[in-house]
Amino acid sequence: MSTRIYVPIDSSALSLGAGRVAKAIADEAARRGIAIELVRNGSRGAFFLEPMVEVQTPAGRMAYGPVQVKDVASLFDAGFISGGGQHGLSLGPADEIPYLKNQERLTSARIGITDPLSLDDYTAHGGYEGLKNALAMSGADVVKEVTDSGLRGRGGAAFPTGIKWNTVLGASADQKYVVCNADEGDSGTFSDRMIMEGDPYVLIEGMTIAGIAVGATQGYIYLRSEYPHAFATLKEAIRRARAAGWLGQDVRGSGKAFELEVRLGAGAYICGEETSLLESLEGKRGIVRFKPPLPALQGLFGKPTVINNVISLASVPIILARGGAWYRDYGMGRSRGTLPFQLTGNIKRGGLVEKAFGLTLNELIYDFGGGTLSGRPVRAVQVGGPLGAYVPASQFDVPLDYEEYAKRQAMIGHGGIVVFDDTVDMSRMARYAMEFCAIESCGKCTPCRIGSTRGVEVIDRIIADEQRGKNIALLQSLCDTMLNGSLCALGGMAPYPVLSALNHFPEDFGISKTEAA
Amino acid sequence: MSLHHTGAGIDGQKLKSLVDSHAALPGALLPMLHAIQDEFGHVPEQAVPVIARSLNLSRAEVHGVITFYHHFRTHAPGRHVVQVCRAEACQSVGAAALEAHAKKCLGIDFHETTADGAVTLEAVYCLGNCALGPSVRVGDDVIGRVSPERFDDIIAELRAEVAA
Repeated sequence: MSTRIYVPIDSSALSLGAGRVAKAIADEAARRGIAIELVRNGSRGAFFLEPMVEVQTPAGRMAYGPVQVKDVASLFDAGFISGGGQHGLSLGPADEIPYLKNQERLTSARIGITDPLSLDDYTAHGGYEGLKNALAMSGADVVKEVTDSGLRGRGGAAFPTGIKWNTVLGASADQKYVVCNADEGDSGTFSDRMIMEGDPYVLIEGMTIAGIAVGATQGYIYLRSEYPHAFATLKEAIRRARAAGWLGQDVRGSGKAFELEVRLGAGAYICGEETSLLESLEGKRGIVRFKPPLPALQGLFGKPTVINNVISLASVPIILARGGAWYRDYGMGRSRGTLPFQLTGNIKRGGLVEKAFGLTLNELIYDFGGGTLSGRPVRAVQVGGPLGAYVPASQFDVPLDYEEYAKRQAMIGHGGIVVFDDTVDMSRMARYAMEFCAIESCGKCTPCRIGSTRGVEVIDRIIADEQRGKNIALLQSLCDTMLNGSLCALGGMAPYPVLSALNHFPEDFGISKTEAA
Repeated sequence: MSLHHTGAGIDGQKLKSLVDSHAALPGALLPMLHAIQDEFGHVPEQAVPVIARSLNLSRAEVHGVITFYHHFRTHAPGRHVVQVCRAEACQSVGAAALEAHAKKCLGIDFHETTADGAVTLEAVYCLGNCALGPSVRVGDDVIGRVSPERFDDIIAELRAEVAA
């Protein structure tokens, strides 16, 4: 019998050479006349160990990493094919790696474990249990289950998913849509990508459940063009799901139809905003729409539309499989369930850390992350993407909870955690936030379109010490205008990183704490 | 430079067939533009009226869409497109220095192509490889932990490919 060896095909693993390692292992096995079955799994998300190779043994899966091509021959010499632990890269049983063992993996439970495109693997690991349950329920009951779970939008806005679905369920129309927002543009995030590359069927299942619940027969995944591997994986997964009857005009003999198609974006951050995304899907410039009307009532092509982030939709199957009450048991306050946090930037042990809400940045950065990659002290952490606040060390013990963060003019957003060491110049980061907003603004509203460019100029003057006091007051006023006057979250939240940098790190702007206040 | 002349070597029939094969899709314009750029490396000027007629849009509307999105280009790129991530996570591990190095060693700014036509340099805002920055994308491949030295190696490999 051949030995099963896993080498990830996740983009991050590939970025460190996993593709070459997989080939080297196949070549070396052939040279030695050893029969192996090479499985290209997703990544378990401990990126500091990638490329992480696993070998199936009677005692479980044994891990080795980070493996480079030059290590492959010595791994064979050390008997890794039978799970030998004598090699310097041996990590022991994969499931026992503390970074992985200490997580609470609900949404990302299968990533790295299964063959992403194998439907048999998916169903053997609990896949499609949720859809089977949903098919036996009324649409209203499915929506109620999601509402009861307490699931809130994981894309950033944290709007209760069940309430959104209920609005679409209650709307009457000849056609409804389910749209997945896979335009994961926030720096410091990759959980959507990991789902799509590592467990695509969980997203397909979640969208199918959404469609069946609200009476939508057509779904679209709007995927950013920066993710070519996810595009290929999704297309193939959709093809296989359709061939197996999990998608189509009669989903598994239920008499209910759900079709799904993946569409590519074209490099516009604003298209992560739901109404811009809908415009883009319709073939137009990604210009933000006024709300109301809500997309739930007049969304894609003017029809009632469920639009949710990848992680929101990928969390639905386990909610339907185990029940809303079970999911709700995780978390704190009004933040129920788990969030796949992404530990990134200047961090020693970066990767995906799925935990229930309520843990702290201290736990993430130090217990999981091991501090900075550079070995220098952590100075600031940007939470929630380019529109999220810079959090100072004094707030690292605040529980990661939507409301606790909102109280501090910060946000959890899509769960991106970007760590900076003490060499960071926060005035530069503030300038970048405005610059990014200027580059990515759709141009519809003035505070965002003009304000961001003026913001760059004002910060440049502050950095150059031109009338610093006056310009700081001007920057604060400009931020106030953008916060309150912008049409969507891009202009409306770009001031958060700017103001948090200014308030928490005034010395980088050449002023004291009292002057910033 | 002939490389940058829009329209050189564009097969009109191929263009028409790409437009026709996508025209019936709901929201057809983006998939159509992707197909055209995948085929020709850019969206040539002469595609605009063909698309406009096919989708019953004005040429201005088609032009507006092409220029709205960073991904679509109206001129032929170099033989390799190299994207350097400028976003925060990569900045925290030296993306600004990498960007400066890339521009200096290639002798070009973002959105420009080297004189030998080998490399077009682009900025990108997140490749989703944020735990392993600084990141660079070449074609469909993302490369992590790119130091200035590693960048030089990547470019040398690309130039060797072009020469070969």
